[in-house]
Amino acid sequence: MIDLAANFAYILSAGLFIYGLKMLGSPATARKGNMLSSIGMLIAVVAALASDGTTFEFIIGGMIIGAAIGLLAARLVAMTSMPEMVALFNGSGGGASLLVGWATLYLSPDSSIGGFTAFTIALAILIGGLTSTGSLIAYGKLSEKLSSAAFVFSGQRFLNSLLLLAIIVCTYLFCMDPSPNSIYLYGLLGLALLLGVMAVIPIGGADMPVVISLLNSYSGIAACAAGFAINNNILIVAGSLVGASGIILTNIMCKAMNRSLANVLFSGFGAAKSGKAVEGEVNPVSVEDAYYILEAASNVCFVPGYGMAVAQAQHVVKELGQILEANGCEVSYAIHPVAGRMPGHMNVLLAEADVPYEQLVEMDDINPRIENVDVAIVIGANDVVNPSAREDEDSPIYGMPIINVDQARTVFVLKRSMASGFSGVDNPLFFGENTRMLFGDAKESISGVISEFGS
Amino acid sequence: METVFLTFILVLAVFLGFELISKVPATLHTPLMSGANAISGITLAGAFLAAGSTDNDMANWLGAAAVTFATINVVGGYLVTDRMLSMFKSKRSAAK
Repeated sequence: MIDLAANFAYILSAGLFIYGLKMLGSPATARKGNMLSSIGMLIAVVAALASDGTTFEFIIGGMIIGAAIGLLAARLVAMTSMPEMVALFNGSGGGASLLVGWATLYLSPDSSIGGFTAFTIALAILIGGLTSTGSLIAYGKLSEKLSSAAFVFSGQRFLNSLLLLAIIVCTYLFCMDPSPNSIYLYGLLGLALLLGVMAVIPIGGADMPVVISLLNSYSGIAACAAGFAINNNILIVAGSLVGASGIILTNIMCKAMNRSLANVLFSGFGAAKSGKAVEGEVNPVSVEDAYYILEAASNVCFVPGYGMAVAQAQHVVKELGQILEANGCEVSYAIHPVAGRMPGHMNVLLAEADVPYEQLVEMDDINPRIENVDVAIVIGANDVVNPSAREDEDSPIYGMPIINVDQARTVFVLKRSMASGFSGVDNPLFFGENTRMLFGDAKESISGVISEFGS
Repeated sequence: METVFLTFILVLAVFLGFELISKVPATLHTPLMSGANAISGITLAGAFLAAGSTDNDMANWLGAAAVTFATINVVGGYLVTDRMLSMFKSKRSAAK
């Protein structure tokens, strides 16, 4: 009876998840959508408690600890560290699916586990484990605790192939004789965790948006596999929703870089440096001259990149934007789909600085009218505005859609030094005739321009 | 039969997921991702089964750890998403 009620409750919460995700698709309704989805979660949790719980010490203990950690982490994290926080939450979800799969083995008396159930348990452990350590490595790279460069070594592919083979063998042998004491179970646990590490270390920092959304998708698939292992509808529905949405997002990111998923995952991009060396003269500009140009401009477009996050420059950027607007200038913020370290990273930072979302424009909207832009201000972006992607067929980023700032009337590039971008590709933009380099810390440079406006 | 039925649900949910997400604007990719991430903490509902069982210590402890991790995912995921979304302002509401 109570099981039937629980299943009806699950249907209700699945409906709320779906509707919530739908509402997340528009800025005006997104917050309410998230709220609906959390109510769906609450209903599912209460229903599961009512139908499954017989002793509650472990459940309540776990929930109190988990809620406290989650609450503190969500409240205390700075907006600029959002990518690594999302990675950590994601990893913890993957870890939970691994543990659920593992624990399920102890719930059924020996030798009563069917082959299919054993296989789904193995999948939950494998994907959950891969997600948890993969996310931890992604966290390390995003928070710069590990080097964000791609880590490749000779024989890496061979080693990974061996690893995959070993996982397949372990899974097969475990499914033949599923028991909590099976040595292959422990083998699978270890190999799954190792696979997560091996899968993420060869991926460079600039490709992180792809990895984060892929890991997000995995955590959904892991929950789905755990749902099959314990025959629970809501886990399957919610898990596959997340899995599918993560894959779509991954696909959008890959398209924005004009690369296949396989290329992102296996190529160790950013480790190799090639492409034409670019030579020419750069035109530096002083803060004062930048002020005169901006003062006369009637259409200014900011193009932020990861460097804006590093310099924490979003607030001064917005301040400058407001001053320009007060000066009768049209201001927009052009955001490349893969700018930053997670999908939509720049949008979140600019939203934090109170930039209204109407001013944030996507690449495809700004490019057709970039010629009307008087000044394009590039802040800490490099590869996403590199004209080589359009012109130089030998360039490793050739074919990637970019924001064509070089076609604006004037381009300001805010940059610390002449070092090449993450991909290690030289950027001819810096040598363009209409390009002015404003060297120095982005935040200080913009503050300097703002004080010129004040004086 | 049960398996067929569950797979049926899986396939429909996957298609639904594809449909829901393909139209989301880039502005919302981060909150969307972290909101979806919070949903994947649904494993919590599965973790109760192990954590609440009476007769096996190992299952209890693994279950308790699963409950902890999944709760971090759920609570943290929803709160962080809400925090991000509360910052997204339209021109009209920002002027208020």
